[in-house]
Amino acid sequence: MEPLKQHTGLVYPLNRTNVDTDQIIPKQFLKRIERQGFGQFLFYNWRFNEDGSKKEEFSLNDPVYEGASILVGGENFGCGSSREHAPWAIQDFGFKVVIAPSFADIFYNNCFKNGILPIQLPIETTENMIKEAEDHPYELKVDLEKQEVTDGSRTVSFDIQPYHKEMLLNGWDEIAVTLTYQDKIDQYEQKLS
Amino acid sequence: MGQAKTIIEKIWNKHVVHEEEGKPDLLYIDLHLVHEVTSPQAFEGLRMSGRKVRRPDRTYATMDHNVPTVHRNVIKDAVSKKQMETLKANCEEFGVDLADIDHPDQGIVHVIGPELGLTQPGKTIVCGDSHTSTHGAFGALAFGIGTSEVEHVLATQSLWQSKPKTMEVKVEGKLGTGVTAKDLILAIIGKFGVRFGTGHVIEYTGEAVRNLSMEERMTVCNMSIEAGARAGLISPDETTVNYLQGRRHTPSGKEFDVAVDEWLSLASDEGAKYDQTVSIHANEIEPQVTWGTNPSQSVPVGGNVPDPLEVAEDADGVQRAIEYMGLEAGQSIQSIPVEHVFIGSCTNSRMSDLRRAADIVKGGRVHEGVKAIVVPGSQTVKQQAEAEGLDTIFLTAGFEWRDAGCSMCLAMNDDIVPPGERCASTSNRNFEGRQGNGARTHLVSPEMAAAAALEGRFVDVRKFASAVGG
Repeated sequence: MEPLKQHTGLVYPLNRTNVDTDQIIPKQFLKRIERQGFGQFLFYNWRFNEDGSKKEEFSLNDPVYEGASILVGGENFGCGSSREHAPWAIQDFGFKVVIAPSFADIFYNNCFKNGILPIQLPIETTENMIKEAEDHPYELKVDLEKQEVTDGSRTVSFDIQPYHKEMLLNGWDEIAVTLTYQDKIDQYEQKLS
Repeated sequence: MGQAKTIIEKIWNKHVVHEEEGKPDLLYIDLHLVHEVTSPQAFEGLRMSGRKVRRPDRTYATMDHNVPTVHRNVIKDAVSKKQMETLKANCEEFGVDLADIDHPDQGIVHVIGPELGLTQPGKTIVCGDSHTSTHGAFGALAFGIGTSEVEHVLATQSLWQSKPKTMEVKVEGKLGTGVTAKDLILAIIGKFGVRFGTGHVIEYTGEAVRNLSMEERMTVCNMSIEAGARAGLISPDETTVNYLQGRRHTPSGKEFDVAVDEWLSLASDEGAKYDQTVSIHANEIEPQVTWGTNPSQSVPVGGNVPDPLEVAEDADGVQRAIEYMGLEAGQSIQSIPVEHVFIGSCTNSRMSDLRRAADIVKGGRVHEGVKAIVVPGSQTVKQQAEAEGLDTIFLTAGFEWRDAGCSMCLAMNDDIVPPGERCASTSNRNFEGRQGNGARTHLVSPEMAAAAALEGRFVDVRKFASAVGG
């Protein structure tokens, strides 16, 4: 996994609550057996008509957000299905950071396994970011080491578990880390039998 | 005597392999259930790193999401077929037991785990599927994981997990006649919202929960994820023990007695403290129907679609949901016509669900213009239902009687609700496009779905004598 230390990018505001993983990546795209290439299907039913043409009214199709790499969403982002295809699609589309007032647990956890930084911030802050980004091209700089997000004039700090932070900063392969505890797992299993 | 503990703490403490300040705990996983959709990339990851499945004997796989429910010897969709073949090849390569599409045990992973007795109290159970919370009905700590974690469990039989907060959802009193476990969980989510459980494991307690059968408990725990909870469970008791006795993977003889003592000792201690407690009165609950695009958007069957101008919060979201659903603010639920009825899914596809739906259907006729299907949760359920003649009741009334799978709950196979059409569904999610792009889903109990099939619109199932024991 690619380490993520700092990131500066354009914000894409998605002013909706309870964005579920069925919206992030609809089920018809879960049949693939690969990990790559899901970005083209991100928010598919919101972005495209039945005939495959773009829905102009959906904001992600607006050229002003082209190249956005920070998604700011609403409460309970990523709820529903555990499908990791959701963070795969978000990452493959080009997003590195997702900011929301609250996240669903499984989605939040899945992000870290894929080099995406999910940041939980107070709703007043996220709503303000959404307003700014809807208004004009809006960039944020995220510093994971310092646990800070800034737009140049305003800086907010965020909480993150030290374990998650280290994992992203180092781009760890979690399984390789766990296998260093193999003797502990062996001991545990010996007790079981 | 130590401090009073919840079942959640007891199971957790027994499974900690390693703990360290400032880190999540490394938690041992007793049972790993696997299906075709969320596993291929995990097995591929193992292959690429030259790793093995640590405990194939603690891993069990089936095919459910993609499988056709008719003519299953021919799988038309090449991509689905490839995904199923990939699971088969992976299970063979890594030595994992698989109930494939031709296997008599095949079925929805959350139906067959309990059915085979793999699901037991006190176990930690994971699966790359959010409805893994279903297994919590047995007093197991069961939760859904992503594909990276599937790979992690395959390789190490463990997971790094932060200790969850605990929440008690207390259900006092008794459920009325014609009011089911499905109505109970919809009412709980309706009252407290789709994220009240975030970061928590829920334990359901109280008289109404104790009175539920195992299958009803599974319906309740199944939808814990719809409340945002990491898991939901119910302390084991005699009902749990009676269900498990004699199942294929349950211990037998003296070993069973030892297991029972251990299982019952897991129940939350009197006076155990939860981080949060909420409560609801069972006697206030009526048959529920969802009108919107998340599972908290439900009302009693006698109610109306809300008016966005009158809701306390998220008026935009309510407006969007009403538009998507093709409804009008203030419209009565019983005026909503349905074109599809789906009885099935890991929430409501077990024997008791089918029996109760059949009681409503018996002697009736599916309403003109309604396409109604029954999809048993497993091939075992299907066989048993046929032995009891339930298939005849459904078929005579004009329902289709299918083979087991997830089917129209998420429409990954051919069982799709067309754009703009409306479905009364016993499944768990009414998200936009869940049952097909543009499809409109209303979540209900099996009885309510059966009644809607006969009447062509939502009706109060309590008007059927068979629903109230008449």
